[in-house]
Amino acid sequence: MSLINEAIPDPAVAPLSRLSSRVGRATAALLPPLTALLIAAVVGDLLILSFGQSPAAVFKLLLEGTWGNAYGFGQVIYKATTLTFTGLAVAIGIRAGLFNIGAEGQLAMGGFCAALVGLLLPVGTPAVVAIPLCLAGAALGGASVASVPGVLKARFGASEVIVTIMLNFITLAFLNWLIATKLNVAESLHTPEINAGAVARLSSVIDAFRGSAANFVLLVALAAAGYVGWYLFRTRAGYDLRAVGLQPEAAEYGGVKVGSVWLRAMLMSGALAGLGGTNYVLGYKQYYEEGFAAGAGFLGIAVALVGRNHPAGVVVAALLFATLSQGGLAVNAVVPKQMVDVLTAVVIIAVATSVPEVQRLLRSTVRGGAK
Amino acid sequence: MGTGDGGRETGVALRAVGVSKRFGVVRANLGASLEVRRGEIHAVVGENGAGKSTLMRMLAGMYAPDAGLIEVEGRDVTGWSTREAIAAGVGMVHQHFMLVPTLTVAENLVLGQELTKGVQLDRAGAEAAVRSLCERTGLTVDPRRLVSDLTVGEAQRVEILKVLYRGAKILILDEPTAVLSPPEVVELWRVLRRLSSEGGTVVLITHKLDEVIEISSTITVMRAGETVGQVRTDETTPAGIARMMVGRDVRLAAEMEMDGGRGTGDGRAALRVAGLTVPSSRRPNEVDNLSFTVRAGEIFGIAGVEGNGQTELIEAIAGLRAASAGSISLGEADLAKMSVRERSAAGLSHIPEDRHRRGLVLEYSVGDNLILGLQRRFSVNGALQRERVQANATRRIREFDIRPPTPALPARALSGGNQQKVVVAREMRGREYSVLLASQPTRGVDVGAIEFIHAQLRSARDAGKAVLLVSADLVEVLALSDRVAVMYEGRFVAVLDRGEATRERVGPLMVGVETGDGGRGTGGSAEPGGEV
Amino acid sequence: MIVLAFLVQTLRIAIPYLFAAAGGVLSERAGIIALTLEGWMLTGAFTAVLGAHYSGSPWVGVLCGVAGGVLAAALHAVACIRYRGDQVVVGIAINLLAVAVTRFFLRLAFDSSSNSPRVVGFEFGTGDGGRGTGVLASLANPLVPLGVLSLVLVWWILYRTPFGLRLRAVGEKPEAAASVGVAVHRIRWIAVLGGGALAALGGTYLALEQHQFTDSMTAGRGFIALAAVIFGKWEPRRVALACLLFAAAETLQIQLQGLQLIPSQFVEMIPYVLTIVAVAGVVGRAAPPAALGKVSE
Repeated sequence: MSLINEAIPDPAVAPLSRLSSRVGRATAALLPPLTALLIAAVVGDLLILSFGQSPAAVFKLLLEGTWGNAYGFGQVIYKATTLTFTGLAVAIGIRAGLFNIGAEGQLAMGGFCAALVGLLLPVGTPAVVAIPLCLAGAALGGASVASVPGVLKARFGASEVIVTIMLNFITLAFLNWLIATKLNVAESLHTPEINAGAVARLSSVIDAFRGSAANFVLLVALAAAGYVGWYLFRTRAGYDLRAVGLQPEAAEYGGVKVGSVWLRAMLMSGALAGLGGTNYVLGYKQYYEEGFAAGAGFLGIAVALVGRNHPAGVVVAALLFATLSQGGLAVNAVVPKQMVDVLTAVVIIAVATSVPEVQRLLRSTVRGGAK
Repeated sequence: MGTGDGGRETGVALRAVGVSKRFGVVRANLGASLEVRRGEIHAVVGENGAGKSTLMRMLAGMYAPDAGLIEVEGRDVTGWSTREAIAAGVGMVHQHFMLVPTLTVAENLVLGQELTKGVQLDRAGAEAAVRSLCERTGLTVDPRRLVSDLTVGEAQRVEILKVLYRGAKILILDEPTAVLSPPEVVELWRVLRRLSSEGGTVVLITHKLDEVIEISSTITVMRAGETVGQVRTDETTPAGIARMMVGRDVRLAAEMEMDGGRGTGDGRAALRVAGLTVPSSRRPNEVDNLSFTVRAGEIFGIAGVEGNGQTELIEAIAGLRAASAGSISLGEADLAKMSVRERSAAGLSHIPEDRHRRGLVLEYSVGDNLILGLQRRFSVNGALQRERVQANATRRIREFDIRPPTPALPARALSGGNQQKVVVAREMRGREYSVLLASQPTRGVDVGAIEFIHAQLRSARDAGKAVLLVSADLVEVLALSDRVAVMYEGRFVAVLDRGEATRERVGPLMVGVETGDGGRGTGGSAEPGGEV
Repeated sequence: MIVLAFLVQTLRIAIPYLFAAAGGVLSERAGIIALTLEGWMLTGAFTAVLGAHYSGSPWVGVLCGVAGGVLAAALHAVACIRYRGDQVVVGIAINLLAVAVTRFFLRLAFDSSSNSPRVVGFEFGTGDGGRGTGVLASLANPLVPLGVLSLVLVWWILYRTPFGLRLRAVGEKPEAAASVGVAVHRIRWIAVLGGGALAALGGTYLALEQHQFTDSMTAGRGFIALAAVIFGKWEPRRVALACLLFAAAETLQIQLQGLQLIPSQFVEMIPYVLTIVAVAGVVGRAAPPAALGKVSE
């Protein structure tokens, strides 16, 4: 990398490289997701054909079942809400140079803690008190799980990838034990309904959403995206965090304590993932149920990746993956809904591989143009 | 070219003609040439960034040239691979060792050309082969030891053995002495002479003139990616080679020396270092019980071959590296226990040696880089004040003529000189400070920017700042400093006043050679713990 | 008798771990993160059942299982080696992909969303004979000795063959290997494909022993194998011990189930907790191959 910036100024080349670097940045940001969608569409066609169906008809069905009616759209919003949280969680970690693969466990712990607070509060606690307390419980729950890799990374330099993977299993096993032995409603794998802290559905205001799980935790998700954007790009702490992610040694030189930034980023990441659990617990079922996370934490990685770790991109990517997920149900009668899970995985792989490829191509364009 | 047609008769082992190579927007070589005769020790000299390493790597098959011709023993091998180069007997010893630390010496040696017994590795055979090679060359090392347990000198021996094991007849060494102690250098010269006397060809990259004179029979000088010329060692002088190497610098140095030493140096002690010992991953005393004082209103320059502890010294003062003993104080403040930020707040400014690694966040805009380390001053209640960041950027860009004048451009897109101006602007104008650490302040920077940065350093001195300057460029140290310390193996072997510090005097000290009067000037004693 | 039953059950539980961990060691020692073990196993289990179902032969099942694992590994290799994709991201995606693809084709091939029909396995003698013979008969499966040998084989390859020497060099310092003409990418390709084949054998063993494929049947075993690789510090002999240790803990839990001494969930945590302790370096730091996960040009 440093070779590209080695001294020896060359006036003839400099303006060209500058131009390319600007156009290049935009291209580098948008090209990979677009390429990925194209590849996914082709793979989707093949899968649909393998089931003897018409791709055009299936994709039409998928769109009609999601953006085509209020219920479907409500479900997309509901799913996108959780994904926005987990996507933001992964994104803020990556901005600090950390890969939080533990969003799945943090999400579950957040949901559990929200339910726990809601159960501990007396019946009839006003919503203005109960909801913030439940949200705080969720954030704390997620952050507490994330504190383990945060501390181990900051203190011992332990790989946060390995620790978060392992911690997912530990967290889920622990919660399963709690639910199985201490807190469940008989013959079920969920807690009793919470006494306070329930969040209203969107359908209570807009009747067309009736039946869909979309609820006002959506606003918390959007606020979180706004906050993360402000934090990353408008605060000193965000400046420090991004510097640590890009060049830890330069950040250290600039007076930033790298270890504490890692810990703080991990705690924020965990808190965001934990808040994701409220969408199900407070906004939908009003109880914690084993396995409710159902991969939304892992999907957060895809959301952050496709959203290029930018809060606005994360919201858009969350909508995209939520559409795919809900669309799977819409087409399930014709082709197995797992088709969209395949497409999701294909999108992730395609983005992961096209990011470095696009950068390489851009570099060689600059080189070629310079000759 | 001084070889004439003599080269033809003795046989040309290696030839490069008009070779060019570009990395992205950077031109590493432009029409570089080289002609090495069989059996000679050929030195390739030039400043940092002259394109020596790139040219050597093309000879060894690591890169393909964009243009030009490379011949080995008269055969066109342009653009060949490492494997082909090895097969043809061309081997390269890299500046950064190409050894696998978790493997043994024998395993590293045979890697890629393993001896086998059936389908299994023949370990005993490999170890025996290493031993016999050791005997033949006089380079000894235990084949069973792990490379991670070797000293730097031993690791280099393994590198050379590795190349010889592959039957190299042409040996290319990239700055082999940079990491060696003087006895190890002597040992290396002995081995190279032996190889050469047995018909082997040695090409050696270095920028140390004393080495060139001592070991080589022919010299090729490179500058800015081009070959300046080739001379026979016995037909030239160090001054002659230096003239070829630096070109412009000779004129620059002359002007600068006129200007140097105006500082009074009699201000109060601004930076005091006492008994400082700094460990590195390589040894426990990279900086060895060092004591000195820099006064307000002087430039205290540290001359020395790179790797003698300068980097560790500066990083320890800046708080980026832990010291194992000693004290550092700035005015009345004891820095030793302070964080990087606290040291900076206490009045320490730092131009780091590597702007790509430390001095700049390359993906950040010029504007954001101009506040690196000053984040707190540009924020209120934790929120960055974007307008002030912008206003600061506009102002510094104008003051320091940073081009292009676009605050939003990522630092990566700037030329080396302009990148360094960003660092200098931030560290010297953006803040209050009393002590400036300037480490390699003009490395990889164009001539115009060098003059500008030198002027800045002088005016800081004139404004009463204490400046601690470290540079691998002796001309620069001599031109700017009021006092010159010569650093060798973690200690100051001499501290000289402006008037005493001449090239002739400092040069030998840098490579650990004591001159007649013991190298101790009136500038003070260099004894450990002594006040300088 | 109880001891024998314990040992036999430990071994049976350990076989898939041994296979997958052998694949993990091979891949990681070459510098490619083996987060995908789970996906490779699951793919192998599914294709093994496909093969056994359509041919009626367990051996064809094994071949198909290996082919499936190699295919999944090839996708990983293309993405991570050829296109320099982030190994962690691609690894997670391939795990998701394996779950989705097997479910999709489960519906396509068997029109079921939960399991395949019963397929043949390796049965020698009758399983429901005397109790003692039943225990031992469960070991009369050619995949059992193969599983035990898998890590031995990987150890032999790594430390006794020229290929293994190159592989270790590539995982530790690829630029050094490349400088002496070792084809870094080719070595990594072979290591990843071999890793996929070995992990898939673990999945095949599971599927043939249960005589069917069920949705997500590997149930995290790939991650336990990965934990064993890390806990065993990437060294085949230690990794084998880690696999046996984890399997023994599980066996103990199963055999003591009636007693309710320790909740099963806490026994499940053991491999993961030990692994975290190992990477945190509390007792002797587990240092991965230096080039693990790094892109090589």
